[in-house]
Amino acid sequence: MKYEAISAGALDESQTIGTPSTNNSLKMQLRRAERWNRTRAFLLVVPLLLFVGVTFIMPIMDMLHRSIHDPLIVDHLPKTVAALESWDRQQIPEDTTYAVLAQELVSLHKQRDLAKVAGRLNTEFSGMRSLLSKSARGLARLNAGAGLESAADTREAMIRIDARWSDIQPWAAIKNLNSRYTLSYYLAALDMHYDVSGDISAQPERRQIYKALLIKTFAMSALITVLCLLLGYPLAHLLATLPESRSNLLMIMVLLPFWTSLLVRTTSWIVLLQTEGVINDVLISIGLISERIRMVHNLFGTVIAMTHILLPFMVLPLYSVMKNISPSYMRAARSLGAKPAYAFIHIYLPQTLPGIGAGAILTFILSIGFYITPALVGGRSGQMISNFIAYHMQTSLNWGLAAALGGILLGMVLLLYFVYNRLIGINSLKVG
Amino acid sequence: MSLPVYLTPIERLGFYGYRLFCYAVLFFLIMPVLIIIPLSFNAEPYFSFTEGMLRLDSSAFSLRWYEDMVTNPQWINALKNSVIIATASTLLATTLGTMAALGLSRHNMPLRNAVMALLISPMIVPVIIAAAGMYFFYTDLGLAQTFTGVILAHAVLGIPFVVITVTATLAGFDHSLTRAAANLGAGPVYTFFHITMPLIRPGVISGGLFSFGTSFDEVVVVLFVSGVEQRTVPRQMWSGIREQISPTILAVATLLIVMSVLLLITLELLRRRNARMRGMRE
Repeated sequence: MKYEAISAGALDESQTIGTPSTNNSLKMQLRRAERWNRTRAFLLVVPLLLFVGVTFIMPIMDMLHRSIHDPLIVDHLPKTVAALESWDRQQIPEDTTYAVLAQELVSLHKQRDLAKVAGRLNTEFSGMRSLLSKSARGLARLNAGAGLESAADTREAMIRIDARWSDIQPWAAIKNLNSRYTLSYYLAALDMHYDVSGDISAQPERRQIYKALLIKTFAMSALITVLCLLLGYPLAHLLATLPESRSNLLMIMVLLPFWTSLLVRTTSWIVLLQTEGVINDVLISIGLISERIRMVHNLFGTVIAMTHILLPFMVLPLYSVMKNISPSYMRAARSLGAKPAYAFIHIYLPQTLPGIGAGAILTFILSIGFYITPALVGGRSGQMISNFIAYHMQTSLNWGLAAALGGILLGMVLLLYFVYNRLIGINSLKVG
Repeated sequence: MSLPVYLTPIERLGFYGYRLFCYAVLFFLIMPVLIIIPLSFNAEPYFSFTEGMLRLDSSAFSLRWYEDMVTNPQWINALKNSVIIATASTLLATTLGTMAALGLSRHNMPLRNAVMALLISPMIVPVIIAAAGMYFFYTDLGLAQTFTGVILAHAVLGIPFVVITVTATLAGFDHSLTRAAANLGAGPVYTFFHITMPLIRPGVISGGLFSFGTSFDEVVVVLFVSGVEQRTVPRQMWSGIREQISPTILAVATLLIVMSVLLLITLELLRRRNARMRGMRE
């Protein structure tokens, strides 16, 4: 940059005597060289950017797309959706709408696509699954027999098959999903839904699970972060103040668990904490407890194991900050008459705040997305948001909801990542 | 650090309390890792120390779980898969990551911070989100349940480690060396292999080792992307822990601990070598 400025200045001077064309070309040459350098730097990064884009960013984008993309109803009940376009949700729709739906239900039943559609509508209003399959079967039987003459006959027949067709609720369920893009998965992930009148409202009390889950995930992560800080702060201080030869040895005791497989560490906590395990044996033999206590496959075990796993992530940033704090500040404070506690709070602690921030955000980010440990030692009470994402991906197959929960988790993590980047800077991220 | 002489008795007590607390935390950190090792030699199918083990009776110890591990074709196959996947993904991550780190450490790299944030994101984004996304996307591309799919996924998870370690190594790199090489007529490729690479090799190797370790320990992506053919050691452990936890898992765990000790030693040696090389330059 400096050279550019100097040569540019030189060019300006020479302009008065020299030929303008040569000067311009020199300037341009320089600029071109700079640009070429910049392009070259960028070209080195391009392959990796493309790689990360295709193998990592695009899959995540695809998942986010799935969290709002919901074409199932529009694609499978197109005529019904169109017929409901002008419906005002006040009373049951016109007879022709009944006829259109009856026709589409029967053809879905024949193509064996009805289960998908009924399943999707069932997540909006429970009971839709049984209602639709019952109606489709009944209508198919009627069609095979005498058939239905008019639209009004169809309406009456459907209400005869199931009285719920005289209600507006099933119609509202279909109308609520009348667009290819919907927020309904996100609403479901926040214990809300579109109600009969098409407005957003809270789910009934007994169906609310995700808000409590989000709060629990947050609370567990906060607890684990605080535990890591309480355990890690004194330890990092010890490591940073001991002479090199001894602190290196103790550092190995922090780094070895850090580099040990996560599954191995989780396994050892199961082994240690289980009812027939080592800790129960020890507690019984020293007479502290008389009956074996259950410490694993619950919240307690999850918090202990996760604190153990994440502790090095707290100790290492704290250590690298504390290593650079000169001991003379504390000595000066003490020699000026400050009591140890006062000197610690007013002199030492403020200097370690960057380390606390880095360690705490890192620990918190890692713990809200934790999957393996809660899945293996969490039991029923230790499940976190990631475990529900996996559950909806693999077991309930409600992929839209899994994607929406993933989107919410991703949003929280990216927000924290942004804060981390602003406060500490990612360039300070170190490994090992 | 010896105790200053001017401390009051309460301050002394506080100091010893603090020391004791720190050693307790260290015990908490290391104990779960170490306790697995003796338990894996248990002659009985229990997960606690038997009377005989506590008396150091030699008949209470046995290698039966290790024998079980090496004779079980499932574990052998899992180990083979893990080695294939970790090696291939490490080579991919290290090559691409080193190239990118070279670009990122040039002073005129445009959008440096944004690019860096993007490349580090696989380390920050929860694995379950990546795995869920890959499940759909890789299926659409026909990569699900193939070795290629798992290798690509593991490579991208290992990339942040390579980028971080190699950029850190390059931060202490003297760029006048490459200019000198260019001045003496060397092309960029020749300069890289004969000047840059020998100097940053410790960083590249540590990045590669981190990436290898990540792949060798990864189970979530494997759960979602791989099929039966690509069962890895962590995947095998996962189902072992979930279904019926047998002491064979402790034998495998002990081997993995030995592996991480070796990894740790290698990294420390590399770090020292890197520090020495920089010392030579300065």
